[in-house]
Amino acid sequence: MNLAFRDIRHKLGRFILTCLGLSLLLGVVVTMAGIYRGQTADALALLNATDADVWIVESGSQGPFAEASRVPGDTRELVARIYGVEEAGSLTLQTVQLLHNGRRLRIQIVGYEPGRPGAPAHLTDGRQITSSRFELIADRQTGLKVGERITLGRDNFTVVGLTSGVVTLSGDSVLYMALRDAQQLQFDLAPPAARKEAARGAQRSGTDFVNAVVARVSPNVPSAVIAAEIARWKHLSVLTGAQQETLLTRTVIERASRQIGLFMTVLTLVSAVIIALIVYTLTLDKTRDIATLKMIGAPDRTIIGLIVQQALLMGVSGFVIGTLLVYLFRGVFPRRIEMLPTDIAGLFVVVVVVCLAASALGVRVAVKVDPSRALAG
Amino acid sequence: MVETKPADALVEIRRISKHFGEGEARVDALRDVTLTINAREVVGLLGPSGSGKSTLLNAIACILEPDGGWMRLDGEVVYDNRWLRGNLRRLRLDKIGFIFQSHNLLPFLNCTDNVALVLTLAGWKMNAAAARARELLTYLQVEHRAAAMPGQLSGGEAQRVAIARALANRPRIILADEPTAALDSARAGIVMDLLHKLAVDQDAAIIAVTHDDKILGRLDRIYRMVDGRLAG
Repeated sequence: MNLAFRDIRHKLGRFILTCLGLSLLLGVVVTMAGIYRGQTADALALLNATDADVWIVESGSQGPFAEASRVPGDTRELVARIYGVEEAGSLTLQTVQLLHNGRRLRIQIVGYEPGRPGAPAHLTDGRQITSSRFELIADRQTGLKVGERITLGRDNFTVVGLTSGVVTLSGDSVLYMALRDAQQLQFDLAPPAARKEAARGAQRSGTDFVNAVVARVSPNVPSAVIAAEIARWKHLSVLTGAQQETLLTRTVIERASRQIGLFMTVLTLVSAVIIALIVYTLTLDKTRDIATLKMIGAPDRTIIGLIVQQALLMGVSGFVIGTLLVYLFRGVFPRRIEMLPTDIAGLFVVVVVVCLAASALGVRVAVKVDPSRALAG
Repeated sequence: MVETKPADALVEIRRISKHFGEGEARVDALRDVTLTINAREVVGLLGPSGSGKSTLLNAIACILEPDGGWMRLDGEVVYDNRWLRGNLRRLRLDKIGFIFQSHNLLPFLNCTDNVALVLTLAGWKMNAAAARARELLTYLQVEHRAAAMPGQLSGGEAQRVAIARALANRPRIILADEPTAALDSARAGIVMDLLHKLAVDQDAAIIAVTHDDKILGRLDRIYRMVDGRLAG
């Protein structure tokens, strides 16, 4: 006869309410884990979408994501000639704000050379950019649709394709456009400013700059060898894909990740304290029943089982409901919530351990209950 | 101490003593209490508050260790200046049934399960335990309340279910703490008749701690306690 289930069934409403309350708390813990993973996934989204083995940037810079970088536009041709480089492409990155349907969008524009590395790896709708001018590929998060036209700078662009989940490490959506358009948008002066510069006799500086050159390397040649080869040129720095990944996850978002991790730990401890208090209160409510059980001869394992099973049922139910709620409503959050099965399994184990630890207080009270209390009128 | 066991003695106590506190705060709750209760007897334990009757009941129930003395329950010497059994709860489960003043039925179990619980604790399978529980509820004429929760029972019904629970393991010693305190005269009379019937049917000894004057005439023997001593 399972006393824990019978007791829960007897006070089902109270148990459900307790589980719901606990599920919200544990749901926040799951959300924090999801935000942590989402932040990492966001940080790597553009890197992964670019699918490059080597990133060539300005000398002494760890760009283009972590630091600013500007290299001459002809760098791509130099890189492409290196033995082992299969293909190379130039990239520009710039952040702009755009008003769309009354909503202010903060977006990152990636300029790339169509047909070369740097294009989005997967499209969910539409096609890749084929024309050299005035076409865009947008992430779904922007709300733009294929065929839609928007104005950037002094030019109108048509959305020809859509990506999904390609964002920057701060969660901004990414727009892809041809390199020439991006360079014009980034480096060309507005006509009044250009006229003023011309009037004061300033020499017009070139606009053939890019923020980085990316390269794909032959499978037979290690990326590190290519990186070492390029690093010999004093005016450039080189990062492999793995180094960029480390830079993004360990340095750029490290503080935010630690913050989230700490917050998650605090929430887990708060959950443990709350579960312990609930179990303690439930045990106090049952003091007389426990005394009666002891009086009629129930062994301690029956009484401990009653308390521990209830704590586990409460914690596990709260966790399952909380996880389901987060899963169902994860789209409502402004940033990506990434729920990895390994994380959920890990958190489940943590919740079980927390419940077992939290029930210790209740068990201590139960074991100390004097059976003679059953005789008290 | 070696004693010869009388043929039908179920509770034998010799020179049991117990005190609480020390120095000026010392209270001698039991002083050399000696008594014998036989099978098929319903014995009353009377006395004012603080006279030691609850302490004596707790000692017989093996939940309070005396300071010294000797005690035999249902033929087994369980105390001889120390407990002779490691697992006293098992002893209670096997040998002693309890009837409480406020019935103490577990509120989250229905009547059948409240009775069957004792049997499952003793190792019975649930089906067999439930069958025995229904049999006892029928014997105590509350079978129609078998599926009811304790909160749905009247005082008399609850006490009958509690008695059924006390009888579940066929104990030969039944300790009753104020079994009629919560009942009116008519129902108290019915419960006392029932206890007499049980004592005979189960070949059991029933010890009832009571303040209830209206049941005194229905007890086979009365022990009065004063300041931790048996007065008569």
